[in-house]
Amino acid sequence: MDTAESVVDKKGASGPFHVNNGPSPRGFHGNGSCCGGGSSPAAPEEAHHLHRGGEDAECNGSPAKRSRLRRRTESVKRNRPRTAQRSNMALSVSPKDTSTSGAGDQTTGPLIEGQPCSTTEPHYRCTRNVVEMCRGTAQGSNLGLSVSPKDTSTSGAGDQTTGPLIEGQPCSTTEPHSPHYRCTRNVVEMCRAFPWFGMDIGGTLVKLVYFEPVDVTAEEEQEEVENLKSIRRYLTSNVAYGKTGVRDVHLELRNLTMCGRTGNLHFIRFPTQAMPRFIQMGRDKNFSSLHTTLCATGGGAYKFENDFRTMADLELLKLDELDCLIRGLLFVDRVSFNGHPEGYYFQNPSDTESCVKKTCTLDNPFPMLLVNIGSGVSILAVYSESDYKRVTGTSLGGGTFLGLCCLLTGCETFEEALEMASKGDSTNVDKLVKDIYGGDYERFGLQGSAVASSFGHMMSKEKRDSISKEDLARATLVTITNNIGSIARMCAVNEKIERVVFVGNFLRINTVSTKLLAYAMDFWSKGQLRALFLEHEGYFGAVGALMELLKTSEDP
Amino acid sequence: MINQFFTCQSCCQCQFKGVGKTRASEIPTLTDAPHVARARTLARRARSVRASPTMAECGGLHSGSRRHTMDKSITLPPDEIFRNLENAKRFAIDIGGSLTKLAYYSTVQHKVAKVRSFDHTAKEATSDELYEITMQEEVTARLHFIKFENAYIETCLDFVRDHLVNTDTKVIKATGGGAHKFKELIERKLGLRVDKEDEMTCLIKGCNFVLRNIPHEAFVYAKHADSEFRFQTTQPDIFPYLLVNIGSGVSIVKVESEDKFERIGGSSIGGGTFWGLGALLTKTKRFDELLQLASKGQHTSVDMLVKDIYGGSYGSLGLTGDLIASSFGKSATADKGGFSKEDMAKSLLHMISNDIGQLACLYAKLHSLSRVYFGGFFIRGHPVTMHTITYSINFFTKGEVQALFLRHEGYLGAIGAFLKGAEEDNPNQYSWGENYAGSSGLMSVSPDMNPMQRARSGTFDMLEMDRLERKLVNLPLLQDASSYIPDTVDLTEDALAREYWLYCFEEALDGVVKRALASQPDIPEAAERAEKFRQKYRHKLQTLRHQPFAYGSLTVRSLLDTREHCLNEFNFPDPYSKIKQRENDAALKYYQKAVQSLEELSWEERQFALVRGVLAGNVFDWGAKAVSDVLESDPEFGFEQAKRQLEERPWLVDSYDEWFERLKGPPHKCALFFVDNSGVDIILGVMPFVRELLSRGTEVVLASNSSPALNDVTNGELQILTESIAAMDPVIRAALGEDRLTLVQSGSSSPCLDLSRLDKVLAMVVRERKTDLVIIEGMGRAIHTNYYAMLSCESLKMAVIKNSWLADRLGGKLFSVVFKYEVPAAGIDSPALTPS
Repeated sequence: MDTAESVVDKKGASGPFHVNNGPSPRGFHGNGSCCGGGSSPAAPEEAHHLHRGGEDAECNGSPAKRSRLRRRTESVKRNRPRTAQRSNMALSVSPKDTSTSGAGDQTTGPLIEGQPCSTTEPHYRCTRNVVEMCRGTAQGSNLGLSVSPKDTSTSGAGDQTTGPLIEGQPCSTTEPHSPHYRCTRNVVEMCRAFPWFGMDIGGTLVKLVYFEPVDVTAEEEQEEVENLKSIRRYLTSNVAYGKTGVRDVHLELRNLTMCGRTGNLHFIRFPTQAMPRFIQMGRDKNFSSLHTTLCATGGGAYKFENDFRTMADLELLKLDELDCLIRGLLFVDRVSFNGHPEGYYFQNPSDTESCVKKTCTLDNPFPMLLVNIGSGVSILAVYSESDYKRVTGTSLGGGTFLGLCCLLTGCETFEEALEMASKGDSTNVDKLVKDIYGGDYERFGLQGSAVASSFGHMMSKEKRDSISKEDLARATLVTITNNIGSIARMCAVNEKIERVVFVGNFLRINTVSTKLLAYAMDFWSKGQLRALFLEHEGYFGAVGALMELLKTSEDP
Repeated sequence: MINQFFTCQSCCQCQFKGVGKTRASEIPTLTDAPHVARARTLARRARSVRASPTMAECGGLHSGSRRHTMDKSITLPPDEIFRNLENAKRFAIDIGGSLTKLAYYSTVQHKVAKVRSFDHTAKEATSDELYEITMQEEVTARLHFIKFENAYIETCLDFVRDHLVNTDTKVIKATGGGAHKFKELIERKLGLRVDKEDEMTCLIKGCNFVLRNIPHEAFVYAKHADSEFRFQTTQPDIFPYLLVNIGSGVSIVKVESEDKFERIGGSSIGGGTFWGLGALLTKTKRFDELLQLASKGQHTSVDMLVKDIYGGSYGSLGLTGDLIASSFGKSATADKGGFSKEDMAKSLLHMISNDIGQLACLYAKLHSLSRVYFGGFFIRGHPVTMHTITYSINFFTKGEVQALFLRHEGYLGAIGAFLKGAEEDNPNQYSWGENYAGSSGLMSVSPDMNPMQRARSGTFDMLEMDRLERKLVNLPLLQDASSYIPDTVDLTEDALAREYWLYCFEEALDGVVKRALASQPDIPEAAERAEKFRQKYRHKLQTLRHQPFAYGSLTVRSLLDTREHCLNEFNFPDPYSKIKQRENDAALKYYQKAVQSLEELSWEERQFALVRGVLAGNVFDWGAKAVSDVLESDPEFGFEQAKRQLEERPWLVDSYDEWFERLKGPPHKCALFFVDNSGVDIILGVMPFVRELLSRGTEVVLASNSSPALNDVTNGELQILTESIAAMDPVIRAALGEDRLTLVQSGSSSPCLDLSRLDKVLAMVVRERKTDLVIIEGMGRAIHTNYYAMLSCESLKMAVIKNSWLADRLGGKLFSVVFKYEVPAAGIDSPALTPS
């Protein structure tokens, strides 16, 4: 901890971070805030609590990317105060430094602004025009520069004009002007002001993605308002927020370029129940002064809209959850999971012995049947990014599993419920075909081991009295999972789609369900259907919301 | 063995009420009837009546409770339950998780009234009666199905063994999940070899059987409609359909023909899940209690609704705020113990019903099926589950698919197992009819009634079906057999009419009892039977008052048919036989005179006089109280008086002019005439009319009832009358000789007429003769039924309204005339002209 804190201090004090890189994107974080102190979504008392994850090894993604990063890192080393280096290293959980440094090196390259994602096509052109929106937001802010940091960087880019974009290239400029100045001068349309959040407020969980820019120049750093800084620090240096907020460190996407900025995408979740506290905190920290747009999707975007407005003076940009889900999913699959494929499936799903997890990407993803298992379940037939329909849904979802588990076993959390389920045996609870027929039901080709009646044994008092909580938890899990599998399979057949992609937080740390779904798809379709899963299970809606934030800034 | 059963002779209904009462209270109280207490004592003494632990578990409902001792001591009076066991054979048993269904075939010995011509040449009779009426014993086949709780199984098996005389039976067909668990017990108790049959095969066979043989078997459930039950007309082709059987799990079966079906899917979330999970969550043991809890609960406190997530609706997807987004979604975050049992049970019920409904829809869609029947113990007449399933189906298919339920759903497995065992008798070659007297009917399920009191369990539910002597088919002349509804008014939906007719039938009951007694003056025990009939029918009327849907749509026809069934049940096969005989004899004397006076009229005058004659004759109807009162008090009431009672033209419904115009045209090829009453009606009204048709060159087929109903002329009587008339009238004689006048039986024994259930021979004759005119006479056949029937040929419906209430309704008055001549719209092909 000591080390970590000192690192933070040093980093914070390191001042001109990209001292050689030119002055350009200083306004990036300088979204001006009057509110000092760390901002925390859940529990400020835990701020500065740093975790050292042992994830350095993973941080650089694919070999190719690694080598590229290494080059950048090396150049940074030359140009950078060692302290910064070390500090970044120390922040093991967020190895943004590498990309940042890279960015630093690449400053001279021609940046194409407005790049929303990691594609290399330079179709987002720099323009020299000042974007109205930037100004508009700037005007509203206490510190004019704060809202339009991107302008500054853009302007820099504008100056540099049109070379091909290099992936991972951050916004950078050569002129050390203040953002404010630049903003009014000749700024190119650019991305939104930091901080960049995408939020998906579901029935049970709030999913928050936070883009931590790592290409922050020293100047930017300097001008970054304290408020914004503290948000960044708080979010990136913790893995837990308050009692219930969690950052899924292992999901972090590193060195991601979004909207021309390089950074790390953090994945944070907390219970929807904590929303009021979250909003309260937004008010306490005067989040509204940052003049960022909070892009939110999920039902909570509608439910809490008014609370955000009245309690925290924040306007939400409400987005459709299915739009966001699909957009986010396709994006994450495209950028890959730090160099690894985002998707996976199970080989030999019908054979527990030889069943193995295999990674894959969603090349030619369409059409796909997308099964989103949150509190409830939505099933979509997706034909392209914009062409999809909701086929059906079911109310028997993750919320049902957890709700029933809590009632049946007295557990309180999803983790607890899954832990119990992993130890239980559902056949003590469920009535199998063989329990009724003494063996297979041959007339209909039903195996004796198939479940005939979920919780069927519980009709007998004797068995109710002797059952373990673990068995109950397992049966609940199996029941819900099989049912989702069954409905998904029917939809796939009705829609004539062979690829079924399962997402949603129900699948988090839930190999019992993923394997069961894979098995169910394979077995009942006689191999016709394949179940696919994605590592960032529940976060695609939030990612989609973030993308919308970056998109709207281009096209106000 | 028999002393183990307590039989109470003094209390006519104790076999039901006593049981129900003791079940409700675990501890005997002072308010219990004395015999109940005695029953308990007997039960305690009874040898080995307690179920073994295995069985108790199987029984599920009653495991480990003291009152079961009571359950074993139920009264089983032989004339009420397990009837006609003496000749029973072809046993089948379907043992489910909680209910056992026993099926057997038996024969019933009945008195039937037969008419026989006196041999007048031999002068053996001194009287001037045309024919004699004899009571004969006739043996008919009947199927018995009895449903009872598994807890009673030992008692019932003992009872069956003790009353079974027929020793030929060696095998009992068994199906259902509990069959193998009770195998040993059944074999030991009955001494029969248990022969297991596949459950699903039995279910499908049973389903096909009831759909084919029982009118109004299927219904749609609409909780908030005027009538909760909307019964479906029998389809000429019942295939294909989807059967969703919700037992402990769910099986979804596609049925394409009698022998071709396939389990296309299923789900493990079924009735067992509701019961098992419900028991865990609410600590409530019994399935019925769980349903009761559910019916009182509010699911919104447990479920996460769309509005809980969105604050309102999810507009872009058209999901309203009240939809459940996540079942039990609130229970993870709420305070522990914060939910009531009722709310959890309700939530669970919704969860399971919605899930099953959704799957059923997906399968129906995949296989393009629109008829989806739901069955299994989860449904079994429970309004709560029928409602939630219906709701779910409507939601998921947006009304494209209707959830259909079956009145005898609980019996399907037993019926199927029975059919498997009776294949050599080939029951499917016959038509069968539900016996209203011997069947319990669909239980009341009004939501305001306590489901516990209304629950099936605890009583014995029965279904009896009579083998009909004739195979019944559609009239080939129906314009659209699949949309044909015989009945004009559905009393299930028309509360006002229902009230009136129930009252009307109750009022008329004394008269019917009197008639019944009078028909058997020399039989001493007739009075006792007549009294039993009165009780039985009054009880049926009371039941129907509360449960109008008990036997399908309540109609005037069903009320009349129920009365006939009850009369037959107590061996009053033909209460009006004597009256008919007297009236026939009297009317015959006037025949020649009547014909003669008609002959004297001009052609135009004659045509009108013939119609008036039929109408006046139709006044003579003992089924109509207004008339029977007159006939009762004035035996001399005559044809001419009746004519004077008739309404003058224009009649209430009057298309005589069109008919008259038609008569000027070419003669009809063949007329099918459904006749009504005996006496004046048939002899002085119908016969002259028929005579005229014959004279015009039209062949005539006279269709009359196969068995007696009221004073309607039966086929047997009509044969004698026609011969007698032929002896007087050369026109009739010639027509008979040349086979231009044919008598057929309708296959019915009802005062009303269901054109979708007619004797196969009749249908054949109709086709062969290329019938192009159908005449339906009488209030029962042309107004209560078939008033709106659309035929593919010309039709004439004639009736006199002999009921002032009905006249009022139709905008007329007593003795208003309905004369409805219809010609089908051009371009409709007559299916009758296509021999099949």
